[in-house]
Amino acid sequence: MHELGLMQNILEIAEVHARREGARAIREIGLKVGALSGVEKAALEFAFEALKSDTLAHGARLEVRWLPLRAHCPECRIDFESENRSGVAVCPACNQATAAIKQGQELEVEYLDVD
Amino acid sequence: MAEIKEIGIGLSVLGEHAQERGRRIRVEKGVMALNDQYAAANRARLRAAGVRTLNLLSSPGAGKTTLLSRTLQDLQDSLSMAVIVGDLATDNDAQRLRVGGATAVQIQTGTLCHLEAAMIERALEPLNLEALDLLFIENVGNLVCPAAYDLGEDARVVLFSTTEGEDKPLKYPRMFKSADLILVTKSDLAEAVGFDRASALENLGQVAPQAAILEVSTRTGMGLEAWYDFLRRPN
Repeated sequence: MHELGLMQNILEIAEVHARREGARAIREIGLKVGALSGVEKAALEFAFEALKSDTLAHGARLEVRWLPLRAHCPECRIDFESENRSGVAVCPACNQATAAIKQGQELEVEYLDVD
Repeated sequence: MAEIKEIGIGLSVLGEHAQERGRRIRVEKGVMALNDQYAAANRARLRAAGVRTLNLLSSPGAGKTTLLSRTLQDLQDSLSMAVIVGDLATDNDAQRLRVGGATAVQIQTGTLCHLEAAMIERALEPLNLEALDLLFIENVGNLVCPAAYDLGEDARVVLFSTTEGEDKPLKYPRMFKSADLILVTKSDLAEAVGFDRASALENLGQVAPQAAILEVSTRTGMGLEAWYDFLRRPN
């Protein structure tokens, strides 16, 4: 993906919230990233290092919480996790692929640790 | 030295070994939130004007412009249509899409690899929405980034050509999972390029069970009637 553009958004969100709370510096940015979000870990970290210098997060670290793909089978009425790299979600009970994604598309700034 | 650490709102705990003061702010804000706001505004505006909007996505060269050009030609007497087309550079595609009286608005994205909802808002300005039935948005040719950007469309159409190989859906799952309709294009070339149709359809069924699938060839006209039926369907 275009992790540089996404990181710009992330840093903007972080700065707005940190300033609103009167923070002097951001120590840690906590992200929630779903397995299906299309975001690459190394690219995200590179973008963070490249862009953070002129922001309140210049001394901050990035903490990424990866969320696995969770899906729902409407036939068997169960939720299950899938580790398939292509996002294929096949119900373990009936062996049918399902389109009902419950988790895995998130891309969210979850929290900030600030001073 | 003890320290007050705030976790969440109103909850404080004593951190025994911490050296500095610090606190946690809960943000829980989607990184795409701003784009999603623009997309919602576009959607409301287009729906209020009675326009059905389709976002067309594919890799470069899958045949989006060729399909649209023929569609504009074939349906010009029955539907009032316009196109917004995104490319990194040139307005060649918009020129190709000024067919049968249709308006084509070119967005040149420069270095940006996808269209965003705010660009669509600006591109709507020259269009007379009240007079339109159908608006096509031809996205930048790219199977990765455009998947993440809602533009305010009613449906997503992903094109996948037989010349790309049957495992494309497995390689770019995010895009295919976001599709409402998948068009397998260049079906007339399937045999010549050794396209494994059965395994392609199986891959699509696994990755994108939510999507309808149509096999088409813009050159021979195969499957186009089913595509046109989809276009004539009300929202």
